[in-house]
Amino acid sequence: MADTAIHHDVDHHDDHHMDHHDDHSMEAKWDGGEPPWKASYGKLMMWYFLVSDAFTFAGFLIAYGTLRVSMNTWPVPDFVFQSLPGDIHHKPLYFVTFMTFVLLFSSFTMVRAVQEGQKENNKGVVFWMILTIFGGIAFLACQAWEWTTLISKEHMTIHENPFSAHTESGVYLEGDGHDIKEGDVFEAGAPYLIHKHGGEWHNLKYKVTEGPDAGMIKEQSLGPKAFGALFFFITGFHGFHVLSGVVFLIIICVNSATGLYMERKNGHEMVEKIGLYWHFVDLVWVFVFLVFYLI
Amino acid sequence: MSHLSYEESKSRALKIILVLAAMTLLEVVFALMAKGYIIEGFHLSPILVGAVMIIMSLVKAYLIVYEFMHMKYEVPGLVKSVLLPMFLLVWAVIAFFSEGNYWKNNRQGIEDKDAIEVDTKKIIPSGYLEDTHTELIDRM
Repeated sequence: MADTAIHHDVDHHDDHHMDHHDDHSMEAKWDGGEPPWKASYGKLMMWYFLVSDAFTFAGFLIAYGTLRVSMNTWPVPDFVFQSLPGDIHHKPLYFVTFMTFVLLFSSFTMVRAVQEGQKENNKGVVFWMILTIFGGIAFLACQAWEWTTLISKEHMTIHENPFSAHTESGVYLEGDGHDIKEGDVFEAGAPYLIHKHGGEWHNLKYKVTEGPDAGMIKEQSLGPKAFGALFFFITGFHGFHVLSGVVFLIIICVNSATGLYMERKNGHEMVEKIGLYWHFVDLVWVFVFLVFYLI
Repeated sequence: MSHLSYEESKSRALKIILVLAAMTLLEVVFALMAKGYIIEGFHLSPILVGAVMIIMSLVKAYLIVYEFMHMKYEVPGLVKSVLLPMFLLVWAVIAFFSEGNYWKNNRQGIEDKDAIEVDTKKIIPSGYLEDTHTELIDRM
């Protein structure tokens, strides 16, 4: 008796469903069973984690922009980032462009790993994931070199920044033994780096040649300290994402090698999820690159 | 999920990565050209260059999210729930940058005031009672 009633109900529902397909198909999906957005819980939550992370990074980058427009002088990126390993200088943005390519390459190998996963090709997944891991490690190594140069050679810290740019034209009254010689003429906007000798900043004296202060003798001043703090916090936060990404990639690569994801028969969804995270790290770098190095 | 065959998606991924790499290279060349590094004495307006590079970065972001992260193949509900909140950032950028600009003007105002030379002996503090007032001036 009860059985027939249920059957009747189901039949009725089906008829109804067919008559008004568009009105009810969406609601029916929310009743349970199949995921309404055709994405599993884990994948959906990865997306929302990335949304929240995007806001964190956006907060950092907007803070950088706000502080930058609030100052009348700011370090010039193609002057700050101009060194290459092997004591090579005056190669603006070369190194960071290389770093960007490394990360882009690792994004591509990640795409390939996900594609092999969907094909349930375990060996392919492991191969491409190992390449991705190497890409991540290479990027971190580059960043370590960049930080080392800034900290130990150029003495930039989170509260002291020797990079700045002149706000008026002038002529140097002394040289620094590096790029600046006595009598060198510069214009407003010219970048400079103050060197440290024996633990003391060696601020060069110069004579102003134009503007209301023309004729006055001044000394180079340290750049906005916010620059150092922002640089180390933002690239550090991004580097931390790369580092945790590498750790997760290794775990998932090992799991994949053991055949764990083959047993799940869901197209290596775990690889797809870490792929989303990894591409996001690349996406953030696009904006870090834009804000810190290009503009 | 993806509507492309394995071979098609493979060649598509290669194509996208090449486009991304080319755009990155173009951005760097553009940034250096604007500052006169590539052609001696040739400069471009920083606002123009900035705008072009922001647009190029947004295109790169689109390619990464839609192609690499497969946003293209997700259902509209998911896409909207992820992308619509991002538009809040448009206001954040406008609000914070105008705030930054305000700080700049404020700092300049303070510097301008600092630069005014005044004879401190002639300043009479306001708001004091008459006798304190004279006392102060005497002390000066």
